[in-house]
Amino acid sequence: MAPVFEYAPAPESRAVVDIAPSYGLFIDGEFTEAADGKVFKTLSPATEEVLSEVAEATEADVDRAVAAARRAFEKWSALPGSERAKYLFRIARIIQERSRELAVLETLDNGKPIRETRDADLPLVAAHFFYYAGWADKLDHAGFGRRTTEGHSGANPRPLGVAGQVIPWNFPLLMLAWKIAPALATGNTVVLKPAETTPLSALFFADICRQAGLPKGVVNILTGDGRAGAALVAHPDVDKVAFTGSTAVGKQIARTVAGTDKKLTLELGGKGANIVFDDAPVDQAVEGIVTGIFFNQGQVCCAGSRLLVQESIHDELLDSLKRRLATLRLGDPLDKNTDIGAINSAEQLARITALAEQGEAEGAVRWSPACELPSDGYWFAPTLFTGVTQAHTIARDEIFGPVLSVLTFRTPDEAVAKANNTPYGLSAGIWTEKGSRILAVANKLRAGVIWSNTFNKFDPTSPFGGYKESGFGREGGRHGLEAYLDV
Amino acid sequence: MPTTAPHALSDVTASDATLRRFLHGLPGVDTVGLEARAASLGTRSIKTTAKAYAIDLAISMVDLTTLEGADTPGKVRALGAKAVRPDPSDRTAPSTAAVCVYPDMVAAAKEAVAGSGVKVASVATAFPAGRAPLAVKLADVREAVAAGADEIDMVIDRGAFLAGNYRKVYDEITAVKEACGTSARLKVIFETGELSTYDNIRRASWLGMLAGADFIKTSTGKVAVNATPANTLLMLEAVRDFRAQTGVQIGVKPAGGIRTSKDALKFLVLVNETAGEDWLDNHWFRFGASSLLNDLLMQRQKLATGRYSGPDYVTVD
Repeated sequence: MAPVFEYAPAPESRAVVDIAPSYGLFIDGEFTEAADGKVFKTLSPATEEVLSEVAEATEADVDRAVAAARRAFEKWSALPGSERAKYLFRIARIIQERSRELAVLETLDNGKPIRETRDADLPLVAAHFFYYAGWADKLDHAGFGRRTTEGHSGANPRPLGVAGQVIPWNFPLLMLAWKIAPALATGNTVVLKPAETTPLSALFFADICRQAGLPKGVVNILTGDGRAGAALVAHPDVDKVAFTGSTAVGKQIARTVAGTDKKLTLELGGKGANIVFDDAPVDQAVEGIVTGIFFNQGQVCCAGSRLLVQESIHDELLDSLKRRLATLRLGDPLDKNTDIGAINSAEQLARITALAEQGEAEGAVRWSPACELPSDGYWFAPTLFTGVTQAHTIARDEIFGPVLSVLTFRTPDEAVAKANNTPYGLSAGIWTEKGSRILAVANKLRAGVIWSNTFNKFDPTSPFGGYKESGFGREGGRHGLEAYLDV
Repeated sequence: MPTTAPHALSDVTASDATLRRFLHGLPGVDTVGLEARAASLGTRSIKTTAKAYAIDLAISMVDLTTLEGADTPGKVRALGAKAVRPDPSDRTAPSTAAVCVYPDMVAAAKEAVAGSGVKVASVATAFPAGRAPLAVKLADVREAVAAGADEIDMVIDRGAFLAGNYRKVYDEITAVKEACGTSARLKVIFETGELSTYDNIRRASWLGMLAGADFIKTSTGKVAVNATPANTLLMLEAVRDFRAQTGVQIGVKPAGGIRTSKDALKFLVLVNETAGEDWLDNHWFRFGASSLLNDLLMQRQKLATGRYSGPDYVTVD
């Protein structure tokens, strides 16, 4: 039966973005071919349409890019902070001016809904550059260095040198901003490798660097697969490695870097617990659960993928949640009314599918709202599993998809014990109207980010990072400067 | 005999204490989360066929209102004519749901809309302050009903509510409901701007529904803060949950401050995605408004002709 109030298609225009048929690597301020001339295709995950061909970086290209960054470092790091700030402010303004174009581009290349790229990704990208632009001339006052022990002052904090940065496909431009903005503000130069499936927004960012007049070699972008990333982090002239991505790759990188004098920060996987107490603001908790696990199709490292609900309100909350999920609109990511877009790649879709099947095989009860999936592209219906216990694979492994595992608890202590009973420690959520409980529970949770009565809220002033297998180091806020400074 | 709530929750109104326990036991409302959800639904893009449907639906939901000291029978007749046929240049434009007037204008309004299906709603109970003895309020209601009002828009005693005298508020609503008899539907106005907190608005909503309201309504339009997306969303959640628990469906009427088609469409999205499509009908959802209607008509003309007309192409009444 057709809905009474059927929203007509409201697609955002693709005409605002001009995607070239091919792109080179961005090295030393120029786009160049890969050393061996190899290219790979990047697809729109919503339609499997080929968007463009991009160069596939080799080890020789990594050498060239790192050398360019090294050459640029001397002058860039010697600029007064206020001069570096000017470039960053300029980049932030250009991002704002081109935000519609970049939002459409990101939606095409990643598959996430335009509502999210327009209202979340792009505003946060610009905010991150503005925020770190503001720090560039205040580093001496950020609380690093100049320690007055026994009346002596230490040295001012200094940049590390060349940063090799490898970022994931779930928030391509936002993760770029998290990496590049603090690195440049602190006087480092960078070589960044975007994810293989989402290279385009980083290449558009390269164009923004040129538009802003950023000196050559300060930012270099190498597109390619995991081999290029591995070559970058292993390169002997890289002083700092920053990686956001899977825990498995993060461990490999830690092994590569071990024994060198490279500084390393890792932001890895998660299995966030979203804890709902019986005195929670229920309607807002339902929204928070939805935001926690269905924002960006659940492809979020800090997703609230485990719902821990107090047993006394389990049935009532699940009824509300299911009713809410039935209103989610899945489909064309460019449609302004779409809530759930496409999964980023066939590979990721296969992983989500396999883990969901394992959940069923292990006896959890699977539920999805009635939901028609498009025939082309990579799609997965919003899914929740009830009757999940700590022993289920879907309660332990990161799924990185729109799949929620629902567990119950009886007391606050049990909630804390279950929330912490995971190899990860990235995020958690606490839902209660009782302020003292928020503080008490938050103090006992081992997670880098704890939200209370909200979820998946980001702000450049707030540090972000994990415990345990979720990685180490903090990005964002004053803390985020430290990862790029010799203090 | 006062009407008592004939449903699963009737025991909660047994005493002041049980009523208070029930109302204070309702889940809290997180202000930031509620407003974020309302804002997020406000980004829905309603275009082409969906817009045409929504504009006509919104017109059919308007309680076209004049509540001025300067109201005259002539003014009310003009308003009635406008309600019956909002766009004289296009007879396919639907009538509004009702005209809404003061009790002494009910007879004139009734005559103006006679035979059209447009209802006459009357504010009563010493609107807008509600600061009068109960006997006066009830007399106000009876007069309006006797003059032919199809709907009564009462105001609650905010003073009693804020002082925690829930039972007093409850008793007044049931007494007014009784005075409405079987012919008039009762809309209960909370004046949400004076209740101030979302927790209070949720409690007032349940109190009103328990006491027999047919509609719960945000505001009089006479104070600084009237209908907002967030307080209307909250009231839509209340009617949704009340029906789930009791099987009884209650209407919602945001009033005051909704002036543009764009605003009205946002409210319809709230209805659609919160209470659901069962409420997408003027029996269950109304807009208390006056200038909104002309903006809806201008948007309707724009959709039909492809160009904007202007304020001289809609009637001023």
